[in-house]
Amino acid sequence: MAAAHAAAAATAGPVAGGDGAGRRAPRGRVTAVFGRHPVGLLLAAPYAVFVAAVFAYPLGFAVWMSFHDYFFAAPGAVVDRPFVGLDNYRAVLTDPQVRQAFGNIGVFLVINVPLTAGLALLLAVALNRVVRARTFLRVAFYVPYVTASVAVVGVWLFLFNSDGLVNRVLGPLAPDPSWLVNEGLAMPVIAVFVAWKQLGFFILLYLAALQNVPKELYESAAVDGASAWARFRSVTVPAVRPATALVVILATITGANLFTEPYLLTGGGGPNGSSASPVLVMYQRGIQQGQPDVAAAIGVLLVIGVLVVSAINRRLLERD
Amino acid sequence: MPRTPKRRPVTALRAVALFGGALVFLFPFYYMFVGSLQAEPDTSPAGAFPTSGLTLDNYRDINARVDLLGSLVNSGIFTGGVIACTVVFGILAGYALARLRFRGRGTLFALVLLVQVIPFQLLLIPLYVLIVRGYGLADSYLGMILPFAVNTTAVFVFRQFFLQLPDELFAAARVDGAGELRVLWSVALPLVRPALLTVVLLTFIGPWNEFLWPFLVTKQADMQPLAVSLANYISNVAARAANPYGAVLAGACVLAAPAVGLFLAFQKHFVSTDIGSGVKG
Repeated sequence: MAAAHAAAAATAGPVAGGDGAGRRAPRGRVTAVFGRHPVGLLLAAPYAVFVAAVFAYPLGFAVWMSFHDYFFAAPGAVVDRPFVGLDNYRAVLTDPQVRQAFGNIGVFLVINVPLTAGLALLLAVALNRVVRARTFLRVAFYVPYVTASVAVVGVWLFLFNSDGLVNRVLGPLAPDPSWLVNEGLAMPVIAVFVAWKQLGFFILLYLAALQNVPKELYESAAVDGASAWARFRSVTVPAVRPATALVVILATITGANLFTEPYLLTGGGGPNGSSASPVLVMYQRGIQQGQPDVAAAIGVLLVIGVLVVSAINRRLLERD
Repeated sequence: MPRTPKRRPVTALRAVALFGGALVFLFPFYYMFVGSLQAEPDTSPAGAFPTSGLTLDNYRDINARVDLLGSLVNSGIFTGGVIACTVVFGILAGYALARLRFRGRGTLFALVLLVQVIPFQLLLIPLYVLIVRGYGLADSYLGMILPFAVNTTAVFVFRQFFLQLPDELFAAARVDGAGELRVLWSVALPLVRPALLTVVLLTFIGPWNEFLWPFLVTKQADMQPLAVSLANYISNVAARAANPYGAVLAGACVLAAPAVGLFLAFQKHFVSTDIGSGVKG
């Protein structure tokens, strides 16, 4: 495999130089300063440097940008970027489009998160017990997860078009205006799309959690005469609670990152901005309209929002 | 077994629900493929099961508007670059974190944990400003690869595997006078092949399917990965084509096929515990 060859080339390089020096040096002093295996520093350095360059520094830069008047200038030009305090945040919070986008993501989460967590758990429990056709079933539920959003968006556009298969099947029951151009339905369709797309990954998480549920609990529940539903409710659901907390947090983060679906499925967040997501507005404000400082402030607010939702969710799901 | 009569309906119900669900999940893929072969879009229920009029014209049509081969090469270079960086940095950091005691190891591990929770939305604008405006890496493979070059999940998966290896192996190699990199290369690496496969598969999906970042970085059509070219086609050109949906679906099939094919070939390796260990740390 290509990657393995690349790995070989890159790891073979430093063997001669770095290693010899580390081993022959007087043990005591080197150990005191760098630890027992100083070569570990060398091995971990590329990762650490990358994290600093593409995570830590941009993270600080984003926060800094959101408090300054930042605009795009010609490369190399020295321009003044004055501190403006909370001006960018004020601009964001009074912008009706941004407020609508945050509201939209609320609608998305209310539909997507329970649907994702509920279906993923039910399907994982069912898949866990199944013996025959296991491979076929697993593949069927994971395939959307491994496929590009852009590719499956194409077929959903085709399916949910006003003249598409879904409306043809529904006949007179078809919504008017149709799904993706209906202000009330565009965001729910996106929420269902993302649930379908991501479910495979969350089923995997629940399957991993189900491996750790003690069998004795089911046996004693069965002896007590509990029905399948009662066993599910009183044994499985509490036992996988940590996984549920993780699934809810990850589904929330996925939702907060929403961009491709409103960009392509509803033609840039339409109709009337009813399916615009905060990241889509960030892209429009920051890159299309050249206000990266305002976009950075949206990013900071979005992340604060995700942290608050995650904290509430932990409180609710991880209490005993 | 006294429970058998009660369990049978439950089992049947479960089978029906599972197979029904599986068909619902697979239907869009079937429809994507069928639609890509139809000369005229037929959206009636009967059109989902065509008996005649299938053609490869849509593939020719999309290829005329989007350079399929060139876009696939771009997707391949982007994906290959990300996988290579992820594997190299992941193995080095994972091994160091699992088996070596050095100053700053605790700090580094805390850093690894922290990186996992930083959301990409917060980095989107500063990364764009730095990489595109600051370093002038727009329309370059390096600009596309850079933000994905380190993958914390990969570090976790490798660390997890290196931790499972018995201590005696390493002690024996060190007694024999092998240096740390020699131990990593000759003893540890051959034993973590399964992890290598897992990481390659997990990493492949990300850049191959990634849309937003390459979309921001590439404006030149000849540098765009297929996901970006196809998205541009969907949002700009599709309205003017003879059979726009057919062409879109043909492009979608080309984009989906490598990832789905790889997944089908190696689906046994998408083990729940690997993903679990990656996420939970």
